[in-house]
Amino acid sequence: MATKTIAGISVDVSGEGYMNDPSQWTKEIATEIAKEEGIDLTEKHFELISWIRTKVMSGEALTIRGIGKSGIVDIKEFYQLFPGAPLKKATKISGVPKPASCI
Amino acid sequence: MKKLLILGAGTGGTIMANKMRKVLERDEWDITIVDQFKTHYYQPGFLFIPFGMYKKNDVIKPKSDFFPVGLNVIYSKIDKIEPENNRVLLEEGVVLNYDYLIIATGTRTAPEETPGLKGDLWYKDIFDFYTIEGALALADYFKTWKGGKLVVNIAELPYKCPVAPLEFVFFADAFFTERGLRDKVEITYVTPLPGAFTKPRATKMLGELLKDKNIHIIPDFNIAEVDNVNKKIIDYAGVEVPFDCLVSVPTNMGDPMIERSGMGDELNFVPTDKYTLQSQKAENIFVIGDAANVPTSKAGSVVHFEADILQENLMCAIEGRPFTAKFDGHANCYIETGYGKGTLIDFNYDTEPLAGSFPFPGIGPFGLLKVSRMNHYGKLIFRWIYWHILLKGKEMPIDSEMQMAGKKL
Repeated sequence: MATKTIAGISVDVSGEGYMNDPSQWTKEIATEIAKEEGIDLTEKHFELISWIRTKVMSGEALTIRGIGKSGIVDIKEFYQLFPGAPLKKATKISGVPKPASCI
Repeated sequence: MKKLLILGAGTGGTIMANKMRKVLERDEWDITIVDQFKTHYYQPGFLFIPFGMYKKNDVIKPKSDFFPVGLNVIYSKIDKIEPENNRVLLEEGVVLNYDYLIIATGTRTAPEETPGLKGDLWYKDIFDFYTIEGALALADYFKTWKGGKLVVNIAELPYKCPVAPLEFVFFADAFFTERGLRDKVEITYVTPLPGAFTKPRATKMLGELLKDKNIHIIPDFNIAEVDNVNKKIIDYAGVEVPFDCLVSVPTNMGDPMIERSGMGDELNFVPTDKYTLQSQKAENIFVIGDAANVPTSKAGSVVHFEADILQENLMCAIEGRPFTAKFDGHANCYIETGYGKGTLIDFNYDTEPLAGSFPFPGIGPFGLLKVSRMNHYGKLIFRWIYWHILLKGKEMPIDSEMQMAGKKL
């Protein structure tokens, strides 16, 4: 486990830069990680981030399908908000661990 | 009389019927199993059908061949479960009460979930091989196919038998090579995963195998639609992959009955304790196999290992004791790599597939993450084991709990 200072706060991160402890997350941290990913966060982003955090912290698995049914965005809009690898980027910015793909 | 009810007479339901009939007294316990179909399919065999290695008759037998004496069998569709009333409604108003319920209704392919997948080209240039119909249609198609772009796409996670689409492309490479067509067939493996498989060591080994066999891989692809006119698949990010023949692993979903019962997640899989196999909805409901949302492979080997755990925990529940068995997510998969060879992976919730050797008293050992002729025979022998030992709930010389013996860290 490593620590990293983001937006002036020291947080625990995984080797790939995902936060290990969602409770250390702040909006400022999200803004800074998003910048590293080339994304400027809007209100819509924060609405979805809050939904993701609630879902993950209650122990539920996160899927692209689930996000499409969140009522906040459909899957196409999700890709527009977090271009490229939306699930990876969105979880990183939301301060939650990288979703494990179980098959 | 107390009542144990089992929904679904596939691999999990049949094994549990056999195991529980042995341990529950006939004069105290009624055991009933319900399924809408009378035929049992050996699903691992579907993979072999498109390449002419198995015929339909190699993979079907009557379900009734595998039921124990003293089991009530009902062939009917299931309307829904009413967990609060401890009862299940069948079609046409039949009501079954239960003291304990085992859900073993599995998973099904749902091609209708992807726009255009079940369109004009369905079973013309687009196929699946997870149904008997799809596998047979593809076998016919390959008999006369002259070559072109063969695209294998996994629509969504999770899906049944996670190594099957890899085996499919390995088989396709060998099949078209043997037919002298390989230079006319471009094979592309298109997956939502970041690589050939999930876990690092298996991904590396299988990724290298794909490369050796000149099979292209397009990772991180989440299919949004199939364009039947221009013959291409398109993902949510706008990436397009053209095909002449598309072999799809459609979205997998639990039985619609689970949704009608209000017991499923967004894919109709039943939220289940991953260690005890008890449903999160009711204490007297247990779930086995693909129907459960537990984070391990949807595969026959998993069902087989879960069955030992479920038998023990169900007896704990019946006798009013705390649960003593804990499922570790154990999965064990032979992977066909073509040309009469195969490899093997063995893993659980916490341990990724590792290299080394897998002890198997009497037959093995088998090489782990190694390509060998022995592993291919292991897979072929398994069909016999499945029909004669596994479904009947007899003991196998493999532990339900994953063992570290032979594995190299």
